[in-house]
Amino acid sequence: MAERIPILKMGEFLLVTIQVDLHDQMAMRLQDDLTTTIERTGAKGVLIDISALEMVDSFIGRMIANISSISSVLDARTVVVGMQPPVAITLVELGLSLSGVQTALNVERGMEKLRESIAGEALHAGREG
Amino acid sequence: MNRERTPLVSILLDQRSDLHSDWMSELSVDRDRRISEADLKTQTGDFLKLLSKAVDQGNTSDVSRPEWAPVRAFLEEISRSRVLQGFESEQTASFVFSLKRPVFTRLREVTGNNADALAHESWLATDLLDKLGLHTMKAYEKSREAVINRQQEELLELSTPVIKLWEGVLALPMIGTLDSARTQIVMESLLQRIVETGSELAIIDITGVPTVDTVVAQHLLKTVTAIRLMGADCIISGIRPQIAQTIVHLGVDLHGVITKANLADALSLALKRSGFVITRPGAPRAGSAADLGAAGRNGAGSMRVGAEA
Repeated sequence: MAERIPILKMGEFLLVTIQVDLHDQMAMRLQDDLTTTIERTGAKGVLIDISALEMVDSFIGRMIANISSISSVLDARTVVVGMQPPVAITLVELGLSLSGVQTALNVERGMEKLRESIAGEALHAGREG
Repeated sequence: MNRERTPLVSILLDQRSDLHSDWMSELSVDRDRRISEADLKTQTGDFLKLLSKAVDQGNTSDVSRPEWAPVRAFLEEISRSRVLQGFESEQTASFVFSLKRPVFTRLREVTGNNADALAHESWLATDLLDKLGLHTMKAYEKSREAVINRQQEELLELSTPVIKLWEGVLALPMIGTLDSARTQIVMESLLQRIVETGSELAIIDITGVPTVDTVVAQHLLKTVTAIRLMGADCIISGIRPQIAQTIVHLGVDLHGVITKANLADALSLALKRSGFVITRPGAPRAGSAADLGAAGRNGAGSMRVGAEA
């Protein structure tokens, strides 16, 4: 049986910390777990910390992009934080620019970014309503 | 072993000191000042010693054999030191070739009036000395290449400094042509520094890049994308008018990349983004009383930078 990546709830955000090398099966499972958790908790934001991830392939790269778009369909902003230089270079060389994904240097900054974007959205919605 | 010595071998073995002094006078005709007479004397002496040891083993035609290894190593060492001292190739080669005249003179004495023997012996000696000379040249080239490679590497490292301009702002002034290898190193060192310093903004200044073609633009875009993936932002500055025209004519899409004409503009944008304002004390500018008071204490003329609440 494949290992699971834990999903922690922090207030209205979810924190996913990937501490091991991600296999394809684990990534698929993470996608399922995350979407159900978002649905269950009504989280407004997801932080994916990949600072411990040292290797990626095109599949994992695409999975990260997918998870982010699925979350945004479920009305949760996603920020990918702590990507390491080799990973960033690999993704660029693979032609995956993850253009729809927000990024931040570390969890702290990512959290700030999430708060800002949710606050901005609330403001925008308030103005319209 | 009782074998007949060829005249060449007997000259090298029996008349070594005479040969040595002849060779020295041959070399001293146009001796370079970079090498002292004493050094040259030691080198020639050592070489003759090794050479006579090698020919004593009986083989004077094939210098690639193991008994010639010390001679070859010695010549390689000579070449290397000549390269480092900045000698030219012909000066290096003449070290071995200048031995010809003393050897031939002696061969003529030994063979007497026998022209056939002299021709044969001269051929053997030429063959041997040419081979050694060529080996010297090969070593010279190899050492030269090693020097060039090392300089290239040093240049590559020197040309990619990542500078911390402000808290959270890094700058990378690029100078020279951008090829794949350089971009790779530049990208790696910049990304590494972003992680180390936790900087959220990187400025790539391309004032020193002579031309931008599609390949260079591609490299720049890759770097920008990688920086964005890490969670930082990137500004490209120092785009000259001609380069701006080229980029548009080539149809390179720089959408989503912040570009500025010069580094100063880029820095001012970076500071604005991090919430800093720059004021000149004394200049009439709308500001709070506390702001002006603090500015006065810092002395007229100096710039004041403060974080905006």
